Amino acid sequence: MDTRYTHTAIALHWLIALLIFAALPLGIYMHDLPLSPYKLQLYSYHKWIGVTVFMLAVLRLSWRITHRPPPLPGTMPAWERLAAESVHYLLYALIFIIPVSGWLMSSAKGFQTVWFGVLPLPDLVGKDKELGDLLHEVHEALNFALLGLLLAHAGAALKHHFIQHDDILVRMLPFLQRKP
Amino acid sequence: MKTPFILPLLLLCTLASAAEFKVLQPQQSSVNFVSKQMGVPVDGEFKKFTANIVLDPGKPEKGAARIDLDLGSIDTGSQEANEEVIGKAWFDAKTYPTASFVSTAVKTLGQGRYAALGKLTIKGKTLDTQADFTIEQKAGLVTLTGAFILKRLAYGIGSGIWSDTDTVADDVLVRFRFVLAQK
Repeated sequence: MDTRYTHTAIALHWLIALLIFAALPLGIYMHDLPLSPYKLQLYSYHKWIGVTVFMLAVLRLSWRITHRPPPLPGTMPAWERLAAESVHYLLYALIFIIPVSGWLMSSAKGFQTVWFGVLPLPDLVGKDKELGDLLHEVHEALNFALLGLLLAHAGAALKHHFIQHDDILVRMLPFLQRKP
Repeated sequence: MKTPFILPLLLLCTLASAAEFKVLQPQQSSVNFVSKQMGVPVDGEFKKFTANIVLDPGKPEKGAARIDLDLGSIDTGSQEANEEVIGKAWFDAKTYPTASFVSTAVKTLGQGRYAALGKLTIKGKTLDTQADFTIEQKAGLVTLTGAFILKRLAYGIGSGIWSDTDTVADDVLVRFRFVLAQK
């Protein structure tokens, strides 16, 4: 049985990770800026990245459903497996839900999302200030949840690599091959 | 005795004005606009305006209009933008609280379309403008619906850092709808 993730899974994982590393701090930084062309540009970039994450998430989940990931090492205690899998499922859920919450929030605030300024996404909800404010809260709360889960996820991967010396991290890396 | 001459004249005036529509129905009228920000159309509107229009649907080319927009009543779609656009770089609404359009002529374009030619004054600058519109008469009311493209930079609306048209396009689509009653 293969102990590594497929190249496709690895590529999608890191691509999405990279985009989240860009979009999440950008989101925190941009919303307090005074209105300027710079702010409007950053909002657009943030939204374009979000839409891209959503599309990659669709690919990723389709791939995940049709390709079983390598099994976790048998040495892992049951609670760790449960924790790891729960965090994975929550992360999968969030990479869908967070872009969607941002998209809906934009529509409710009266700003359509147009991917790369070219492809308009339909407004699924009409302009509605209260709904927009609510979705803003939701989008923000989901992102703080994402941040917490990402810290747990990355922390666990590093702990496995440097403390337990197993192949949990390596099997998701495009480089480094742990010697058998 | 002048009366016999004046009487038919007065009668004629009454007949002429009977076909004129000039009482604005503010609840049914609107002035809104679509700006493009980063390629995304964003709806906005002016909540307060006055429109002095006189129009005989049988003789539209005799019509005349004066529209005054209260710039402070602008709703650009978001609160922070509303605060921004009344400032100096945009409308400078403290110095120039109103934008006005005064018609000079009405042209017939055919197929039920007309053009109001006139002077549009914004931020102390007056330029010739043409706004195409249609006329609909129904249930004792006349509705003028039309639009024109406003080149915002020609009036200095959004100067300095905002003059970058990749972020906010130069073209702003202004749409209007004026509903008039006879009295």
